[in-house]
Amino acid sequence: MTAIDSDKVGSTTGGQPTKARPQTVATPTALADIPRSRPRSTRSRIGTAVWYVAVTVLSIITIAPLIWTLSTSLKPATEILAGALNLIPSNPTIDNYLSVFEDVPFGRYFVNSLILGLGGAVTNVFFGSLGGYALAKLQFRGRAGVFALFLSSLMIPGIVTMIPVFLILRGFPLLGGNDILGQGGLGMLNSYAAVIVPYAAGAFAVFFMKQFFETLPDELGEAARIDGASEFRIFAQIYFPLARAGMAVLGILSFQAGWNNFLWPLIVLNDPDMMTVQVGLSSFVNNYETNFGPLLAGTVVASLPVLVVFIVAQRYIIEGVAHAGGK
Amino acid sequence: MSVQSATPGALPSGAVPADTVVAPGAPGGPGRRSGPGANGKRPPHPTARQMRRNAWIFLAVPLALFAVFMLLPMVIAAVISFTDYAIVGDWTWVGFENYTRIFQDSFFWIALRNTAWYTLLYVPLGLVIALSTAVLLNRRRGAVRLFRTLFYIPVVSSTVATATIWYWLLNPQKGLLNVALGWIGIDGPAWLYDSQWAMPAIVLMSVWAGFGANMIIFLGGLQGVPGDLYEAARLDGANAWQQFRYVTLPSLSRTTFLVSTLLIIGAFQVFDQAYVLTKGGPGNSTVTMVYYIYNKGFGALEMGYASALSFVLFVIIIVFSLANARLSTPRSESGERRRTRRSTRKAVSER
Repeated sequence: MTAIDSDKVGSTTGGQPTKARPQTVATPTALADIPRSRPRSTRSRIGTAVWYVAVTVLSIITIAPLIWTLSTSLKPATEILAGALNLIPSNPTIDNYLSVFEDVPFGRYFVNSLILGLGGAVTNVFFGSLGGYALAKLQFRGRAGVFALFLSSLMIPGIVTMIPVFLILRGFPLLGGNDILGQGGLGMLNSYAAVIVPYAAGAFAVFFMKQFFETLPDELGEAARIDGASEFRIFAQIYFPLARAGMAVLGILSFQAGWNNFLWPLIVLNDPDMMTVQVGLSSFVNNYETNFGPLLAGTVVASLPVLVVFIVAQRYIIEGVAHAGGK
Repeated sequence: MSVQSATPGALPSGAVPADTVVAPGAPGGPGRRSGPGANGKRPPHPTARQMRRNAWIFLAVPLALFAVFMLLPMVIAAVISFTDYAIVGDWTWVGFENYTRIFQDSFFWIALRNTAWYTLLYVPLGLVIALSTAVLLNRRRGAVRLFRTLFYIPVVSSTVATATIWYWLLNPQKGLLNVALGWIGIDGPAWLYDSQWAMPAIVLMSVWAGFGANMIIFLGGLQGVPGDLYEAARLDGANAWQQFRYVTLPSLSRTTFLVSTLLIIGAFQVFDQAYVLTKGGPGNSTVTMVYYIYNKGFGALEMGYASALSFVLFVIIIVFSLANARLSTPRSESGERRRTRRSTRKAVSER
C-alpha cells in the first residue's frame, strides 16, 4: 500500500516517487472512538436517495435522445412526421431495418468495419503496452526524448499529415502493383492495411499506457529483478496482468475509434466492397435526407457492436486500476 | 524494499538517479548498495544494459511506424507549405508567401475566433461534467454498473450518427430540446439556424457525445486513490467538499492533466460536428480552423496554403497545451503542500 500512497501523493512531475514518510494516519484507538453505526444510518439513507435521484436525472438527459432515436426507427414514415414526440410507436414496424439491409450491402460494410475496428484495437493494445511500458518502467538514454516525440505528435492536427500519408500509402514500394520505386500501382490503398497500419501503434496508445504503467509500483519489477528475472518476463508476468484494466480501456477506445472512423476510410478505401458502416451511413444521410426511419435504423445498427464490446468488457474497467498493484 | 525505506527523505524526490534504484538487482553485493554517493560513475550493469536493449526492442514497432507515418509526412507537409502545390499540375516554390498571406486573411481570423469560442466553452464544461459524473459513480453499488453503461452509450455512437440525432433534436419547432424547454416556460432559440446559438448547440452536442469516455478515464484514476487518505481526512473532520478538494483533486492531478490535454487538443480540431450539422453556417458562425483548412485543401485544392494553415493551427495547439501544463501542475502541488501542512499541524496539536 505504501508504494501506491507515495506514488500518488508524491511529485506529479514524473520523477521518482517520494519515499513513504511516517504520517499520522488513524491509530486503531482513534477508529474505535468514533460511534459509527447510529448517526450514519439515517444520513446515509438520505445520501443514497439523493444519489439515486441525481444519477437518474443525468441518465434521462443522456439517454433520452437515444430512446427517441430507437423509437423513431421503429415507426412508419407517416407516424414520424405526424407525432414526432410519442415515445412508444403506435404501429411498430421493422420495415426501416429491412430497408437498411436491402437498399445497400450493409452486411458487407459491417464486416469491413469489424475487421478495421478489431485490427486497430489489437495492434494498439499490443504495441501501445510495449511502448508505454518501456517509457514508464525501463531506464534508458533518450527516454524523455522519445516520450516528448510521441506526446508532441498527439498535438499535431490530423489534417496536417492526411495528404502526405495518403501519398505515402499510394507510393509504397512493391505493394499493390507498385515497383521498387513505388510507381505504377495503388500501393496500400483500397486494403484494410491502409487504415490499420498507419495507426497500428498510435501515439495516444503509447501515451495512455505509459500513464497507466506509471501508476503501478516500481517495487514489483525491482523485486523480480533482484530474483534474476529477465526484462521480458518482468513485463509479461508481472506488469502485463496488472495492466489488464488499462488495456481493456485502451482496447475499447481503439475499437470504438476504428469503428467510428469516418474521414480516413472515406479517403483511402474507394472500392465499394471496402466501404465501412460509417461511410455507408453517411451516403444514407445524403440519399434519405428526410427519410428519418431508415436513417435512424441504420444509426442503431451501426452503434450496436461498440455497445456490445463495452458491456462485455466492463468487468475489466471495474477492476481497480492502481488498486491491483497495491494489493 | 528495505533498501528504500532505510533512507526516507534523505534525498529530494527525483534526485535519486535511476541506476541506484536498479543497483540492488546487480550482483554487486551489499558493499555497493551502501554507497549511493558514488552514483553515475559506476560502469553499466548487465541488468541496466539488458534493460536498455529491451526498451528499444519494445519501442521498435511504434518508432518505425512513427517515422514512416508521422515524421515523414510532417516533412512532406512542411515542404508543401512553401509551395503552391495543388495535387494536379505544376507547382512552384513560393517561400513564406503562404504564411504572410494567412495574417491578412479575414476568414482565418473568423475561423480562429470561432474555434477559440468553442474551446472556451467545451473544455471546462467537458472536464467538469466528466469529473463530477465519475465521482458520482465511484461507489460500490450494484446500480453503478448500469448507470456507467448508460453514460457511456453516447460515446459509442459515431459522429455521423450523433450529428443526425441532434439535427433532429435541435429542430426549432419539433425538436425534443425546445419542446422540453417549452415545458418549463422557456422559448428555445432556433439553435442551428441562429448565428448566436449554433456554436453553443455544437458544444452541447459534443459534451453529450464525449463526456462518457473521459468519465471512464477519471474513474480509472479515482480507483487508484487509496481509501486510507479519505479515512484520514474524515478523521480530521473534513466534509465531503474538503475531501474532494484536498484528497481527490490532488490525487487525480495526473488524470486531470491527461483529460484536459486531450480535451484541448480535440477542441482545436473540431470538424465533424460543424461539417455535418451546419456546414459552417449560419453567417460563418461555425467555420472552425480545421473546417477552413479542409475547405482550402480539398475544396479549393490550395494544398500549399492549407498546409501552412495547418502548421499555424499546430503552433496554437502547442501554446495552449503548454499553458495547460503550467496551469495544472503548480495548482496540484500547492494543494499537496497545504494538505501536508494541515496534517503536520494536526500532528503537532495532538502532541
